[in-house]
Amino acid sequence: MKQALHIFKKEFSGYFISPIAYIVIAIFLLVTGWFFFTTFFLYNQASLRNFFSLLPLIFSFVIPAVTMRLFSEELNVGSYELLLTMPVTFLDVILGKFMACIAFIAAMLLPTAAYPVLVSVMGDLDWGPVVGGYLGALLLGGAFAAVGLFASSLTRNQIVAFIVATAICFSLTLIDKMLFFLPKSLLGVLAYLGAGYHFQNISKGIIDSRDIVYFFSVAFIGLYAANLSMQQKY
Amino acid sequence: MIHIENLCKQYQDLQAVDQISFDIKKGEILGLLGPNGAGKTTTLRMLTCFLRPTSGSVRVKDLTIENDDLAIKKLMGYLPESAPLYKDMLVYDYLVYIANIRGVEPHVRLARIKELAQLCGLTDVMHKPIDELSKGYKQRVGLAHAMMNDPEILVLDEPTSGLDPNQIVEIREIIRKIGKEKTIILSTHILSEAEATCDRIVIINRGKIVADGSTESLKKEGGQATILKVTLEEADPAGAEEKLRAVDGVEEVSITENVQGGLDIKLTCDGQKATRHKIYACIKGTDWVLSEFVIETQTLETIFRNLTQEK
Repeated sequence: MKQALHIFKKEFSGYFISPIAYIVIAIFLLVTGWFFFTTFFLYNQASLRNFFSLLPLIFSFVIPAVTMRLFSEELNVGSYELLLTMPVTFLDVILGKFMACIAFIAAMLLPTAAYPVLVSVMGDLDWGPVVGGYLGALLLGGAFAAVGLFASSLTRNQIVAFIVATAICFSLTLIDKMLFFLPKSLLGVLAYLGAGYHFQNISKGIIDSRDIVYFFSVAFIGLYAANLSMQQKY
Repeated sequence: MIHIENLCKQYQDLQAVDQISFDIKKGEILGLLGPNGAGKTTTLRMLTCFLRPTSGSVRVKDLTIENDDLAIKKLMGYLPESAPLYKDMLVYDYLVYIANIRGVEPHVRLARIKELAQLCGLTDVMHKPIDELSKGYKQRVGLAHAMMNDPEILVLDEPTSGLDPNQIVEIREIIRKIGKEKTIILSTHILSEAEATCDRIVIINRGKIVADGSTESLKKEGGQATILKVTLEEADPAGAEEKLRAVDGVEEVSITENVQGGLDIKLTCDGQKATRHKIYACIKGTDWVLSEFVIETQTLETIFRNLTQEK
């Protein structure tokens, strides 16, 4: 576990050495800020619901950009060989990188804390959904980061990793919006698979164990698949 | 120290390593030699627990790579071919990261990094990003990486590839310096390097061991035929060839005229002393002037070529 922490530290500070972190954060803030505030004054409501409802869609292409290099770059440069010949286990490597992603997502969300503060000045803000929303954002980010890590472990090409992860994340986000195309008997199952559906519940301020179990399961499956794909290269 | 038995590695349709077995004693510097694609890197990767062997076993002390890979990794320092390092980290940051993962205690960490920087000649580049370093410096960072926790076994994959002659000499000196206390396994396809640094040489070709021994014993075993280099003056080529070929035990004669008007003759003959006596007697019987008579030792190059070339 100590090893995972060292890898976490290296990966997290690694984000801020290269320009990637700043570019991703800037794009994220621009996109969310623009979409949120263009409609905010029209609705004339002191709530962040619109901001949170945007997140699954935006995360599906922002988070793959955060995770794409984590394994692909190592495979491409070959530093993977140095990493694995040091006294670390696969679990250390995966957890270290995963924690670095979560920390980065938290850092990315941090500046948006200005929105609820601003909104609460303008009107009467209900803080429950806001706290729930941020918790949900972290859970959603974690689930997508695990998917992204898996995609990154498949290939040495970062662009391929990005596209694969985006495709999976988009499908998870959009599946519950496509339900009217699908046979009725499968509706329940497919709706349950959608990340958007579960995220909506949490961002309303309802913390239901089913949603939490869902996000943890997606994260677990993603990390486990990443582990398998690494083992295969061994 | 290290015991390798019947090690095999099979890639889809390529047998990269085929039934390799050898032992490495403590304190030995072992050179793994072979042409490109012989299976050197694959062998080293299995030894360092990066690849899993298809079959066969590797034991380090009493540890096996299947059950105790973490413990083995702790004992080993590894420098992969062409030192693949994280490009955007600073050298200092990188070494700190390695020290942490390698479990170097925080209070000795700085001292250890300074010591390694001195040993590997990195003091001037500590604050530079690894990406900006030249190949030679990257190799040195890789070497510092491998030696970080003062491992008992050092595994170096082509440690001098891509370096200039000065750097090669420096790296070899470092290897010999640390080789006094440590067990070192290095792979190379440069023979003079193996000759200069290693106590023992294992030559592999197409995944199989074709020779194993000290440089001297390899040279002795390398071939029964000896080459004699003879220089004669005041002799005519045709006559010399005829006379020398007639001597018992001489198999081949090749004559070239040198610039001074003398003859350079290469005689391939059996290694026996009697044959050399007969050759000398034959020359003495004529009025040629003998100016040189040398046994040409077989170099590692010829042995290597004989062993690794397709017949």
